[in-house]
Amino acid sequence: ARRAGGPFANPEERKLSLLDPQRIAFLLRKQWTLYSVTPLYRFSNAHLRNYSRLLSAFIAAERQKGWAVEVGVELDIKVAVSSLPDLKGSDQDHAAILVELFSRSPASQKTSEEKLIWSGWFCSVCGDDFFENMPEDFTCLPLFLTNGAESYTAIVGSWFQKTFDCCFHRLAISPLNLSWMAAMWTGCKVDKTASAMELIFSVPGLLQPLDISYAIHPEDAKALWDTVQKTPGEITQEEVDIFMDCLYSHFHRHFKIRLSAAKLVKVSTAIASAHCDGIIKVSLGPEIGVLAVVWTGRLLCPLAETQA
Amino acid sequence: AGISRIFGKVPLSLSQACLVGSDEGLQQKLAEAVLREKKSFRINIRIATSLPLPSEGDHLRPRIDLIAFMIDIKSKYSLRNVEASLAYVDASFFLGKVCFLVTGVGRLNCCSVEMSAIWKLREVYSSPVLFCELELEGIRVATAQRLLRMLEICAGLIPGVSALYFGSLMSRSANY
Repeated sequence: ARRAGGPFANPEERKLSLLDPQRIAFLLRKQWTLYSVTPLYRFSNAHLRNYSRLLSAFIAAERQKGWAVEVGVELDIKVAVSSLPDLKGSDQDHAAILVELFSRSPASQKTSEEKLIWSGWFCSVCGDDFFENMPEDFTCLPLFLTNGAESYTAIVGSWFQKTFDCCFHRLAISPLNLSWMAAMWTGCKVDKTASAMELIFSVPGLLQPLDISYAIHPEDAKALWDTVQKTPGEITQEEVDIFMDCLYSHFHRHFKIRLSAAKLVKVSTAIASAHCDGIIKVSLGPEIGVLAVVWTGRLLCPLAETQA
Repeated sequence: AGISRIFGKVPLSLSQACLVGSDEGLQQKLAEAVLREKKSFRINIRIATSLPLPSEGDHLRPRIDLIAFMIDIKSKYSLRNVEASLAYVDASFFLGKVCFLVTGVGRLNCCSVEMSAIWKLREVYSSPVLFCELELEGIRVATAQRLLRMLEICAGLIPGVSALYFGSLMSRSANY
């Protein structure tokens, strides 16, 4: 299997590097929970203001029915739905859609002090061949990333499900895809103060669960990856396998433990980290951070399509 | 050492299968399921974590009729173990006397092995791949029945059907 990877490998990614850092600052240094979404029916960029209003009303109605996040706290919730036109993988992809929930306590109604309490964004970074058979009236935004309380996610999700007849499912990341991410992110050039690359494994079949954490110096990891990767800008499954096998055999030589028989559950590098439960966090930015999201998205979008 | 030649031993009325894989518990359960099945011939099942088999007792060991390699797609190690063991199998076994049992595909979220690696094994070694969630009892019993049937054919106990003929039938149907 051959996939693109590596900084500025193709023209779309070079375009991404010109993104306004302010606009994409929202996605850095936050933990995002991943969901796969089926195509949305009759979603339109022209009605984003309407959607904000409708979602606000829906949340207010739910609150009336007795749904509350924090007991005893009266919050006025404002919804903002906006489009991020440049955040997409290719021209065929639909632009990312950002949904933000702000809270304003009644006491400070006069002042415009708003606090961001929840955000979620839909994105499509699938590339051109994905949309060949997409019927009209359907918008494909297969990845949904959320940050904030689970109860807000549930309410926003149920509004979207009712309004656009779509389904949300938590997205899990397999050890295979986590290995891809480890290789992709290791290949990026980071400065000397970068944190270590950490791989966390869970060992199955024991009475007491056992987690193994394997930390590798980022320069060593990059040096290893550089000897393995043949074509800059391209990553193959074979190269990922060799990279991981080297790390596993190094560990085995020292500790006589076969990590290849355990389950890789988390990958953490200076650029980004990902957990098998479908949680990612992008640390560095802006360009590298966005690229990390795009590569991850490319890896996960087809996954999202099959799981949805 | 190792399983060197099929025809180097005198055939007995006993047929023998060899299960090779890194999960001994699962191999044990599968072997027991095969032995529990009603059958009209005597069978012996040998369990090994890898090949080659230890060389002592080689002369006492009856001929092996079928080798089933077990791979768990949740464990990269199980694939590497099988790949290393395949090197110790004589080429004549790959004429219908080898099969691959792949478990774990029911949980794609935990997979550590790419499917293309499994297809490559099927192609390179011209041997059938059976997907079976051996942790589930029903599937274990069904797989045991299939293995028993294959073993009967590979031991030459079914007149008119040779291991090679059966193997080519399996591979042709897999491509449709």
